[in-house]
Amino acid sequence: MSTNSDKSATDVKSEEKPVPAAKPAPKPVAKKPEEIPVELPAFEKGISDKIVEKFGDKVEVAFVKEDRVRINVSRENVLDVAEFIRDGLNFDHVESVTGVDFPQDKEIEVVYHIGSYSDSTLARQIIVLATRAQREENPIPGNDSTKLPTLRNIFYSVEFHEREIFEMLGVYFDGHPDNRRLLLPEDWADLPPLRKDFVLKGR
Amino acid sequence: MMNEIMPGLALQKVDERIMTLNVGPQHPGSGHMRLVVQIDGDYIVACDPDPGYVHRGEEKMAEYRNYILNIPHLERPVIHDSCNVLYPYVLGVEEILGIEVPERAKYVRVIASELNRCIYIMYWLAIYGIFLGHSTMFMWPAGDRELLIDLMEKMTGARVTHAHFVPGGVRNDLPPNFEDVCLRHVNYFEKRIKEYSAVFYDNPILIARTRDTGVLSRQDAIRLGTTGSVLRASGVDYDLRKKEPYDAYDELDIHTNVMKEGDSYARSRIPWLDMMESCNIIRQALQKMPKSGSVRVKLKPNPKGKGDQTVYKRVESGRGSLGCYVVSNGKPEPYRLKLSVPSFRNLIALPYLLKGEKLGNMPSVYWSLNYWPVEADR
Repeated sequence: MSTNSDKSATDVKSEEKPVPAAKPAPKPVAKKPEEIPVELPAFEKGISDKIVEKFGDKVEVAFVKEDRVRINVSRENVLDVAEFIRDGLNFDHVESVTGVDFPQDKEIEVVYHIGSYSDSTLARQIIVLATRAQREENPIPGNDSTKLPTLRNIFYSVEFHEREIFEMLGVYFDGHPDNRRLLLPEDWADLPPLRKDFVLKGR
Repeated sequence: MMNEIMPGLALQKVDERIMTLNVGPQHPGSGHMRLVVQIDGDYIVACDPDPGYVHRGEEKMAEYRNYILNIPHLERPVIHDSCNVLYPYVLGVEEILGIEVPERAKYVRVIASELNRCIYIMYWLAIYGIFLGHSTMFMWPAGDRELLIDLMEKMTGARVTHAHFVPGGVRNDLPPNFEDVCLRHVNYFEKRIKEYSAVFYDNPILIARTRDTGVLSRQDAIRLGTTGSVLRASGVDYDLRKKEPYDAYDELDIHTNVMKEGDSYARSRIPWLDMMESCNIIRQALQKMPKSGSVRVKLKPNPKGKGDQTVYKRVESGRGSLGCYVVSNGKPEPYRLKLSVPSFRNLIALPYLLKGEKLGNMPSVYWSLNYWPVEADR
């Protein structure tokens, strides 16, 4: 290590002498911040690599951070990817399911946070699996194109979470055995309340 | 409504033998929720939990308030555990804003969060006791809880809703002489809760009523994604304080309490053991805490993150792992905020546990889930 650094140091010095000193100096400064984010946490990188190896272009790795890997998938492939996460990667339960409304993209994002209890090496890890459903301007929850396949047959723990997403954002989960209301009153006739066009009164 | 297929239950043909009972939402045994229970004689055939009676739209409210204004209302879902319910949100906002917390603040947070865990568990234990008809177990925890509430009052100025954690640290430093008072109270508290075993946990009546009722196997606990004391009572060694340590927890020696039985008794005993572990953690934290230093990084007004970011942080609360997913789009308000609360996650286990149980065991099974209806509804 010490010899290497000595060499590079001497190299830089030798370059500086003939070339104007201003030019080589900013280059290493610019390189360093680039290198640091490239150096991804190895274990998490291994998880995302396995998914990419299996599915190739069908998945998009949004980020690989410490303990968190985020995968964006289209709604056609979400079932296959989820099944691989369970069987191939040993993740066994979904902690949280979140719906996020993006009116400007005409899409609603559904985000699954998947964790593992049975594999102690994965205890810290969360795979964030995100998929998007089509969004309609005038929603008729359950009877419009805002649909996604349910993950209940793969991860049982999503059951109540998906029920909540259906009432709060109007995303119908195809194949879910029980799409009744959960938290909202039975006579709720307004827009699904967590959509962005449902505005609180006085705000 | 009841003729539809219910989640996870192969519903038998409804005939004259089956009676449908509405437990709640005003019934004191169910809290602010309704359980639609079908019984055949004395046995529960099916149970359909119906939460939502205290849904307050915390997540929607959060989209209209900036990161600081969100603090007081986000602790409302569980006011008895207000530090822990706020913890993942504060950690998430710190990551979005890129703040590093001072070392002393990390320890103050650990102490506050452990005290709050005990306060919550004592409240839960009081309710659990009274619904099993054990009045002493209502009076003792409710009284002993005051000790810790007094400590929290000294520390934060408020008895129940503290709003003490803020992005960047805690709101105020500890008052003078707090360490000594805290140590004294915690030592007495630990001595006191050990006495509970004689009157409650080793009580043959409690054991007869809760042993082998509502058994949740290890596989089911994992499959249903339960968390906290429910999970650990079923033999899964999982505590986020140890598995994914946040703030100062990685510098403390934490023992995870695990029981293999998975019945109501195990689920009610684990929180009690957790309280003793909390006392241990508080003593360690008081010892290791830097004696002086800043406890808060001052923020600019209306702090905002850079660009689109999403953060998912989780902590171990009094009921289990509590996650907070924050979506930021560079504005002072979160674009979307989701609380993934342990009560909501544990609720899915209730229909399984109650199926085939006697109706008289319903309160002991239901409350052993460590369920807090207001938290589940948010």
